[in-house]
Formats: sequence, C-alpha cells, structure tokens
Amino acid sequence: MYDVTIIGAGIIGTFIARELARYTLRIALLEKDNDVANGTTKANSAIIHAGYDAKSGTLKAKFNALGNPMFDKVCEELDVPFKRIGSLVLAFSEDQMETLGELYEQGRQNKIPDLRILNRDEVKAIEPNISEYVVGALHAPTAGIVGPWELAMALAENAVDNNVDLMLNNEVIKIEKQEDSYVIFTNEQQIKTKYVINCAGVYADNLHNMVAKPSFEIIPRRGQYFVLDKSEGNITNSILFQCPTKLGKGVLVLPTVHENILIGPDAEDIENKENTETTEERLCYVMEASRKTLSNVPFNSVITSFAGLRAKPSTEDFIIEESNQSKGFINVAGIESPGLSAAPAIAEYVVNMLRDMDGSFKLNEEFNPIRRKMTVFMALNEEEKKEIIKKDPRYGRVICRCENITEGEIVDSINRNAGARTFDGVKRRVRPGMGRCQGGFCGPRVMEILARELGEDIVDIVKDSKKSYIATGLTKNNV
Amino acid sequence: MLKYDIVIIGGGPAGLAAAIEAKKNGIDSILVIERDRELGGILQQCIHNGFGLHIFKEELTGPEYAEKFIEELENIGIEYKLDTMVLDVTDDKIVNAINTKDGVLTIKSKAVIFAMGCRERTRGAINIAGSRPSGVYNAGMAQRLINMEGVMVGKKVMILGSGDIGLIMARRLTLEGAEVIGVLSRDNFAAGLMRNVVQCLEDYNIPLMLRQTISKINGKDRVESVVVVNLDENKKPISGSETVYECDTLLLSVGLIPENELSRNAGIKIDRATKGPIVNESMETNVNGIFACGNVVHVHDLVDYVTEESRRAGKSAAGFVKGELNNNESFIETKPSKGINYIVPHKIRVENLEKSLELFMRVRGVYKNSKLVVKLNDKIIKELKKRHMTPSEMEKIVINKSLLSEQKDAVLTVEVVKEA
Repeated sequence: MYDVTIIGAGIIGTFIARELARYTLRIALLEKDNDVANGTTKANSAIIHAGYDAKSGTLKAKFNALGNPMFDKVCEELDVPFKRIGSLVLAFSEDQMETLGELYEQGRQNKIPDLRILNRDEVKAIEPNISEYVVGALHAPTAGIVGPWELAMALAENAVDNNVDLMLNNEVIKIEKQEDSYVIFTNEQQIKTKYVINCAGVYADNLHNMVAKPSFEIIPRRGQYFVLDKSEGNITNSILFQCPTKLGKGVLVLPTVHENILIGPDAEDIENKENTETTEERLCYVMEASRKTLSNVPFNSVITSFAGLRAKPSTEDFIIEESNQSKGFINVAGIESPGLSAAPAIAEYVVNMLRDMDGSFKLNEEFNPIRRKMTVFMALNEEEKKEIIKKDPRYGRVICRCENITEGEIVDSINRNAGARTFDGVKRRVRPGMGRCQGGFCGPRVMEILARELGEDIVDIVKDSKKSYIATGLTKNNV
Repeated sequence: MLKYDIVIIGGGPAGLAAAIEAKKNGIDSILVIERDRELGGILQQCIHNGFGLHIFKEELTGPEYAEKFIEELENIGIEYKLDTMVLDVTDDKIVNAINTKDGVLTIKSKAVIFAMGCRERTRGAINIAGSRPSGVYNAGMAQRLINMEGVMVGKKVMILGSGDIGLIMARRLTLEGAEVIGVLSRDNFAAGLMRNVVQCLEDYNIPLMLRQTISKINGKDRVESVVVVNLDENKKPISGSETVYECDTLLLSVGLIPENELSRNAGIKIDRATKGPIVNESMETNVNGIFACGNVVHVHDLVDYVTEESRRAGKSAAGFVKGELNNNESFIETKPSKGINYIVPHKIRVENLEKSLELFMRVRGVYKNSKLVVKLNDKIIKELKKRHMTPSEMEKIVINKSLLSEQKDAVLTVEVVKEA
C-alpha cells in the first residue's frame, strides 16, 4: 500500500512528489500521458511572476509571494535554467498609468520588493525597442523566467531518484473510498493508498467528483503563442506585459531561458479539455496585439506556434485543501496563473499540511536534493569540451545542427530516471527539434538513437502519446 | 592548431566540386568537412534520376551524380573528415569543429569555402493552425526516412507545396503504395520544374491542386484530416470554400532556406532576397578569403548549376591563396529591376572575369512572351527573348566580358519587359 498517491505529473504534482520524498513514505506519482509535464506545464508563459498582480488576501497572492524567492535554490539543486530578468508592465495612456499605481499599491500590500514606476525614458533605457505608444511602466526586478517543463521533468527525476514510483500512461478511471484508505483504479492497475493528492490540472474537478459531490469546476481557458527564432532573442531582455484593461490582460513579449522570444497568450474559455488547437483568428489577434508593445515584431522569424490550457477554477482562487466530504483526499486544483510561480510554496504547504494531519511522517535521512547535472555541450569551454569527448566520444557527434546538440546529451536524456521515451520527450529535455529546422534534419537521427537506447524498433518510436506513431511500417525494399 | 590552404565546409555537391576545382588549380592543402556520415549531401537521399543532364549529358540518380565527384576527390587525394561539425568560423578564417575521433579541432586556413546548403521551411514558419499530431513531415525528412532509413511515413498523404521535393515525394510515396490525395500550390502554377509536374504527378494521375492551401490540421495523436481552402487572386482564403480531406500524413514542401548561421557569425553580409551571402564574380563574400557556393548562396533548381558555380568558387579560392585574385576596390554592382527578384553575383570585378560573366536570377511572377533586358548604367547591353518565365525556373544570362570591361563603379540592372 502507498502512503501517498499523487494524481498528475505536471508542475504541481512533481513539486509535491519531490517535497514528499523528504520523508520515508511510499509515494506513487500517476500520470495519464506518456510523459511528465505534458499538459499545462508544457504550454504556458514560463514566467515566475513578481507577485503584485494577484489580489491581496488570496491564495494566489500568498503563494506567489512565497514561491518567487524559492526558485533560485530549487533550480540550482536541480540544474534547471532560471533567470531573474525582471518584468515591465507597460502603460499606453495616462489612465493606464493610474492602473499601474494601483498595481504598485497591491504589490506593496503583497510585500513584493523593489517595485518602481518608470517614465517613458526610464523604460526606454531598459528596453530600447518599445513602441512609440508606451508612456511608462511598472518595473518588478524580481520577476523571472524558467524552463517550466524542464523544471517538472527535473523534479520528477529527482523524486524518482529518491524512490518515488512514477507511473506513466495510468489514467485514473475511478476511485473507491475505504475506511482509512482509497483504491485508485487506472486503465492499467489498482493502487491502494492512504492519501490522495489531486493535481490533475484541467481534470481536477472530474477527479474530485469521483469521491465527493461537485463543489467546484475547472474551466479550460486556452491561450495561444508564437515562438520566434533565437536570432531575434535580443528584441527584449525583460518580460513585457501590457497594462490590464477591461478588455483583458493584453499579450506578453518575453525572452525564454533558451533565448527564443515568446509572444502571447490570448484567453478563451473553451469546453473540451483536450483542445489545444491553434486557430488563425486567435493567432492573428496575438500578432496584432503585440505590435503595441514593440515597434517592430519580426513575425517572419516565427519558428512555431502552440496553444495551452489554463486550469481556471470556478472559485476564482487556488483550491488547496482536504476535501471536507472525503478525508485524506487533498485537492490542489485550479492552479492557473500564477501557479508556476506559486508551485514551490504550494508544495511545501501541502506537504506540511499532510505531515501535520498524519502525525507520523519521519524524515528520510537519505534524501538527496541534488539532480545530476545536465551537460550542455555548447556551454562548455574548450578544455571541458576536449575532456568530455575524450571520456565519451558521443559528445563529439552533433545531432541537432540548429542548436548543436550532441549524441551524448541525447543519450543522457534517455537514460536518466523519468527519462525521455519519445521524440518530443527528447526534444523537451535537450532541445533537438526546438530550433529553426524543427527537427527536419535531426528527426531521423533522434529516432535511431531512441530505438537503440530503448532496445526498440525504429518503427515503434512515437512522437508523444502512445498512439502518435511516426512510421507506418517499412518500405518495400526493407521488409 | 591544424593548418590548411583551403577549408571547405560541407561535402555535398557544392563542396565536392569546389574542392576538386581548387586542387586542379594547384592547391594541395585542402580539407573538406562534412557533418553527415558520408559525402554527397542531400544527393544521397535523392534516388530518383534527372541529375547531370547539363554537366555529364546523361541522366543520373542523386547518389550516382555524387559518386562521380566522390571518386574523383578520392583519386586526386583530397582530405576530408566525416561526422564532423563546424561550430564556428572567425573572420580571420579560424575554423572550430568537433568530431568523435579528433575531439575539438582548431584549424587555421588561408581561404574558406562555405558550402553548407539549405534547409526546409517548416510548419511553424508558415503558421498552419490546428493541432500538433504526428504525421506532419517536411518532404525532405520524409525522403530521408524512406530512402535512407527504409521507414514508410504514411498511407494516405496530402502534400502542401509544389516545390521539386514535394513533386518527387508524391511519386515516391505512390510507388511505395501510399495514396497521394494531391499536391497543393498557393499559386496558379507549380513551384517545381515543369518536367517534375509531368513525370511525378501527371504520369501517376496525382492532382495538382492550384490556388489552394491548408488552413487547419486535425488529429489528436496522428493526423486525421486536413482542411483545404481556396485562395483568391490575392492569395487570401475564400471563406466557405473549405473542404476536409481525411488523411494520416501531411508533407510540407514549402520552400528552402540557405543555412547561413556560420556565415552570419563570421560577419558575412546576407542578401534579404536570396537569404544567402552577398558575393562577387569569384563567389567571394564581403569577408576577404571567405567564399560561398551552392544552395547556401541561393537555392538552385538543378545540381548541375550548383556544380558550375562551385567550380568557380574553388578556382577563385585557389587564385586567392596564390595571390592571383585581383582585389580591386572598384566594381560593377548588379541590381534586380522590374520583375526580377534577385541576381547572383551581386558585385563584379571585371578584371577577374575570364571571357564572360554568368548572371543567375529569378523572376517574380509568370511572364509569357517577354524579354530580359540587361542595362549597364541605363544603357542596354543585352536583350534575351523568353517565351515563358516562372519563379520556379532560374534564369541564366551570359554577358561577354568585352561589354563590361570599360566600366567601373557602374550599376548593372536586369528587368523583364513584355514584348508588344
């Protein structure tokens, strides 16, 4: 029997799994998809918000303020890219400057450090490419950017390193409450567990309703984005928000930790929890809206576009509590923005709550918070490059030409705990296919390496989900 | 640090021809660096025929065409390194590369020739809406999977883009037993060569679907269908004209882009129209002693022309090393005028021409019964009648050196004029 079963291996589930691994518990981490970080975690703005935006007194405000300063340490321990680059909320009129004043005041109440209101010249000194429409900005130097799926993958790996059982392709079908425990039925197996933590993202309401009467609803709110080529990476060095208006929050322009530019999102409530399609109208809207921020947005350098779903709670605030209808079932639901920023603080809070509730948790003396470092070949100096190729010649073979990613890095991403099993899994971990050719050249080579390392046939390698086959068979000559 | 007279980056048709020609012109210290596991570049996956009609007066397959050069390269003893990636080239011609055997290589060269070729435009670059399932391939990647890895990519296929690779893959997939629904072109003509339209589509009854494009991709795990929409005269989608086609695969053949990351880092100026280096009559870039040839300069229709251009680059690089290349500051500048998209080369130092100048260019649209008019400082020096011109077929004009020799710091223009 498991002590704790976490449902959902997104950023919240993986953070909680790793936090719980500090105790001598039997922990299961269930994921319905073929990889961790496969829902909202892989498609969002990748921002660690400073924390002025959430209404004072809400859980969003509380956990964002607590979460933001925790990122330096956890990203250091797990070797995940994180940069505190600061954010600017741009105002385009004197009215909007007033809104910035309100945000500044809210930030002060939320205890966010170092906020400043800047005039146009001061903004221009930080970001010279802002458009002519900008009249001023709210500057928050503590805001940052992170690789969100890389963080969740690192958390999952570190959790598995510390004996958490990760079970992919396990979709929860039904949950039975027993006297002091639960039985979770997945499409694969039955799992008996004392506690259940519901981190099921857009599906958290469905999961909750398996053990209790409906008390909240999660509305998938879709947002669409563009990614620009690295060659445009210097058009902004800060996160550029637009001042919120009655019409909405506006769109963002920001660099990613890998020096691409991310532009988006729009916001659209939809019905289908699987609908991550992009649409022409919405992408056009994002394109038009971003032109207000920068004088020249180089859309001829788009390398891809995507859509993600926010898990918007009907209650408007994060839902982080034990179900009052079902003891031992803990909801961590409705974690929309600033959920990523709040995640480490939420995990700590949930684990402390569970520890206090149970009363018998013992610290795991062997817990190791450090994940083995990822080698990024191109970030090494010449001596280090020589040394690593000597030790493992596979680091001397470049597979991805756009980003110069070596076979050594790809093999390592496959052979780690919670490692890559799919084409997209390799891409998200070490980036071949993320560049401007989008996998056109390296695709066949990556498939070959995956097949070799996993001991599978190249025909059986999938893109992402189990059913997302790439090859339909062998050619006539090869049969 | 290793030292060579000429380092050539890329062992495809461009790099091979340049290397051989440099050797024939008296340079012995040459190194060809190839990132793939064999020489020949993309030719190795082009197993169809149609290569070599101009150069060898016979029809060869891609690998056969490549093999002729590889054999010659080996016979005359030119050094090459396979599975070796160039990470960086500096403007003083230091080449940094890595491979599994040598580790990190630092090479000082007197001249460098860029012959890195091109890559395909992707789905992301053309912004097709919808979901992101498996089954969407660049045509070149599908070609590699089928012809080199022996892996089949789909059963029912739609092809977006009528470039040569798209046309050739339509036939290849059909021969492998797949059903090709059609090949879509945004224009009212195919982007590839006419002979490929005939031999790859018409001979197999594959529809060429003009003035149509894909507005959406459907499918959660694998492609399930695509939405095709008609385009009006301005290439804007006509609403209400959408048709859904069930298929499991979408191939994209939507253009090729010269791969110039190394060039940019070396400080080489890029032409916005070709997306390749600005070059002179000797295929030399703005950085002294760095040359470029083949699809890295501009995308060619025929490998034969790549070979010709690359021979010129190889010979010029040899001349540069021997101190024979005239480095006069004054030159004639070429400028595309009405109806012309680009002209290569961009600058001409007349002293370096042998007998004549070859100008390569593409027109902007389809022209019937027109002429290409070449002017030097507004004076017509040559006219060429053309019954049919399209952007998909590169135009070549040869101009006698004597027509240029008296001119310095002049501007040469080419324009399309309709005949009355």
